[in-house]
Amino acid sequence: MVVEILDLRKILVPMIILGLATIFYFNLEDWNHVQFFYNNMIRVDNFSVAFSGLAIVLSVLIFVLSADFYKEDSRHISDYLAILIFALCGAIVMFSFWNMAMLFLGIEILSISLYIMAGSKRFDVKSNEAGFKYFLMGSFASGFLLFGIALIYGATGSFHLANIATYVSLGHISPMFYVGMMMMLVAMLFKVAAVPFHFWSPDVYEGAPALVTAYMSTLVKIAAFGAFYRLFYVTFISTFDSINLILAIVTAATIILGNVTALSQLNFKRLLAYSGISHAGYLMLGLISMKGGTANAMFFYSAGYAIATIGAFAVAILVFKAMKNENIEAFNGLGKKNPMLAAALTLSMLSLAGIPPFVGFLGKYYIFSEAIRNGQITLTFIALLNSIVGVYYYFKVILAMYTKEANETEVSGTVSYYVIISICLLLSIALGLFPDMLMHLF
Amino acid sequence: MMTLLILFFPLVASLLVLFSGNKLASKVALFFSVIELAITFYAYLIYKQSGAESFYYFKEWIADPKISFHLGMDGLSLLMVLLTNFLTPIIILSAFNRTIENAKGYFALITFMQFALIGVFVAYDGLLYYIFWELALIPIYFIALRWGGPNRVNVTLKFFIYTLAGSLLMLFGFIMLYYYNPSHSFDIRDLYANASKVCSCNQSWLFWLFFAAFAIKIPIVPFHTWQADTYKEAPTQGTMLLAGIMLKMGTYSLLRWLVPIVPAGVAEWGPYAIVLCVVGIVYASVIAIMQKDLKKLFAYSSVAHVGLISAGIFALNMQGLQGSVVQMLAHGVNVVGLFFCADIIFNRTKSLNVDGLGGIRNVAPKFNTMFMIVVLGSVALPLTNGFIGEFLLLFGVYEYNTWLSVFAGLTIILGAVYMLRMFQNVMLGNTNETTSVFADLKWNETLVLGILAIVIIVMGVYPKPVFELAEPALKLILNNALIK
Repeated sequence: MVVEILDLRKILVPMIILGLATIFYFNLEDWNHVQFFYNNMIRVDNFSVAFSGLAIVLSVLIFVLSADFYKEDSRHISDYLAILIFALCGAIVMFSFWNMAMLFLGIEILSISLYIMAGSKRFDVKSNEAGFKYFLMGSFASGFLLFGIALIYGATGSFHLANIATYVSLGHISPMFYVGMMMMLVAMLFKVAAVPFHFWSPDVYEGAPALVTAYMSTLVKIAAFGAFYRLFYVTFISTFDSINLILAIVTAATIILGNVTALSQLNFKRLLAYSGISHAGYLMLGLISMKGGTANAMFFYSAGYAIATIGAFAVAILVFKAMKNENIEAFNGLGKKNPMLAAALTLSMLSLAGIPPFVGFLGKYYIFSEAIRNGQITLTFIALLNSIVGVYYYFKVILAMYTKEANETEVSGTVSYYVIISICLLLSIALGLFPDMLMHLF
Repeated sequence: MMTLLILFFPLVASLLVLFSGNKLASKVALFFSVIELAITFYAYLIYKQSGAESFYYFKEWIADPKISFHLGMDGLSLLMVLLTNFLTPIIILSAFNRTIENAKGYFALITFMQFALIGVFVAYDGLLYYIFWELALIPIYFIALRWGGPNRVNVTLKFFIYTLAGSLLMLFGFIMLYYYNPSHSFDIRDLYANASKVCSCNQSWLFWLFFAAFAIKIPIVPFHTWQADTYKEAPTQGTMLLAGIMLKMGTYSLLRWLVPIVPAGVAEWGPYAIVLCVVGIVYASVIAIMQKDLKKLFAYSSVAHVGLISAGIFALNMQGLQGSVVQMLAHGVNVVGLFFCADIIFNRTKSLNVDGLGGIRNVAPKFNTMFMIVVLGSVALPLTNGFIGEFLLLFGVYEYNTWLSVFAGLTIILGAVYMLRMFQNVMLGNTNETTSVFADLKWNETLVLGILAIVIIVMGVYPKPVFELAEPALKLILNNALIK
């Protein structure tokens, strides 16, 4: 806002990045230093510091891309970026909540910001549809969340996570509690786009502007999973066996449906939406094994998935802009037109497919390892088989780039895009070779 | 340290080739691969002096679950590395005098593949081995995709997904083994030492998981359907890499990572596996007889030969194992020679159809001689390397079961049928208009085929070094396999 008044638009993005870097530094200062804020509504521990750090880094990567993304339409860029920063704030709250009210606040801040951003291309029918769908279905899910929180309050008498956990561990859990827990489960499954609550995801991802889709498929998914894990690990872990079967079925369905439906997609953003659903399935596999403490594996997997996705989206945004087309056929012949971009997208796709030596492989390996250690052998086997299916649609993009005929339109990018693509690529390979940098953080 | 150098030198070479530009790429690649071969010879000399201990390299890599960067080269690995580093300069040399678009990418991928293949052969940690195994898939996929024949898109995708499916099953097996194993590690020493402690109820399906991956790679019938088309559509150098070295990854893995690690599984299911191998020999040979396309014929003959190698491994006696090692080396050399001859024929006559060719002997006598030597090596004539391997393998299978060896022995007869008939149709007889323009061998072709021919005969006459190198490793493997 200040920037808009003073018409300092050019330094907007650099200022944001500077600000975020500062926040990242302060974030890291809290490492190994548990603190409580706002009457114990927020608890900053290693889990939240690590995930918040990841969220800030991802935001920085996306904001660098936003400068050129909004070049043509920069009248409202400061509004867009402000809203995205609000979303980041919501995500950080979702990682550090210690009170149900804070959880709700965090989810709402994140979601409302994204309802607006999904519909931010005001003259595009698809964007309006995406924003509207997301808003309606998301609010409905938030309603479930609120009702669930209310029921749990009714059963336990507190919003505070520690008190609820004590109540659960004492036994004598009233049926109202179970209903409340189920409703919260439904709401969280919606937010992470797990089957059968995933129907909003492909349409919203397809309609939203590509940068916002990148933000949604990385930051929002990670935030939702972080909150999901924190909620269930801290409060509901003692009654986990009661929902084990449901979670198992949801996990299996998410993995299978995400991979199988992605096979027939023609639109690249929709393809990434369904692939995101399948990745959510793999993360659910980590969730369902949470009794053994799988936060590390989930963090590593999220980091690897997000970096590869941002790299892929950076290339995709350049291609969409040049070809004015968001289907997979827009990538035809990219191998000849711009070999660097094609190579970058290929490596990102290989990482998402889980091929060594990229970080995607190690992420999958950790999650499978943890799942087997906690006894989820059948689910891991299903996940493994579906990884094979996944290879097919990732390779569809690679094949389009290298084997199909190109038309003459040039595809080129600016320096900032190339920098982000290189960073994502280097991180994918570095984390694939030296994962101990990010493993065993907590 | 030596192992580290041998492993990473091709990776560095690959990057240098990528930056050397299209004109120089082939020469730079050849230069570095010859240096790599020299280093490997030097390593062989060190091995003869001080044994395998000088080749260990161990570094902690990932803390939990424990994966270490553990490399080692015993006699068996050294032989495989020698094969890889010998064949790679030959493969690169075979690509000279051919126009290759975007040559720097092509040769960079070939040297990168060399890196991944060496990694498979020297890895002593299960998951490190798995990473190299999968890594080798990427360059060959792109080689086949960018430079392959007209139908390559679907064929290579089928190859990639089929092989990946097998690999993922193997990954599952490795992870399960990690948890069943009391020492909780992927390190090969721990896996060998605790092989008998894993309950045999689990070893059965672990066997099938590992066997699936290797059976798809080798390939063993009925997992062979990806192979013939992929060999046909891939460019010549790609096929040479696939058939010459990558396939040996599978048979080497049977020796190193299957037989000693799940011995109870092998004892229970080995008979079924060996029957599958022998069935594959006869089946593939019969199909090869019917083939009209030269590359497909060689592909099916390759399936038959490696079926015999695998059968020898499952026979679990010293002759079978020694025979498999010798035949792995022999087959690598022979099949590279065969596919190169096919490439020469295609380059001159633009046709690979056996019926349409004929009488090339009249116009290209040098090529005729070289081709004959390679064919005789493939048919396992005594005094060629193929004979040593096949004889030992059949002997090993005979000790296991007489009837199986009778059926396996059909490979000699059927092999002679399709190979000699192919040779007669292509080289002998009257020259027709397709073949009359056949120019005789160019310098690089003479060099390649000459070197291969010399190796075929020398190995056939003096195979002793191979036996000496392989024996300690094979003894260890056999001991582990026969522990109950």
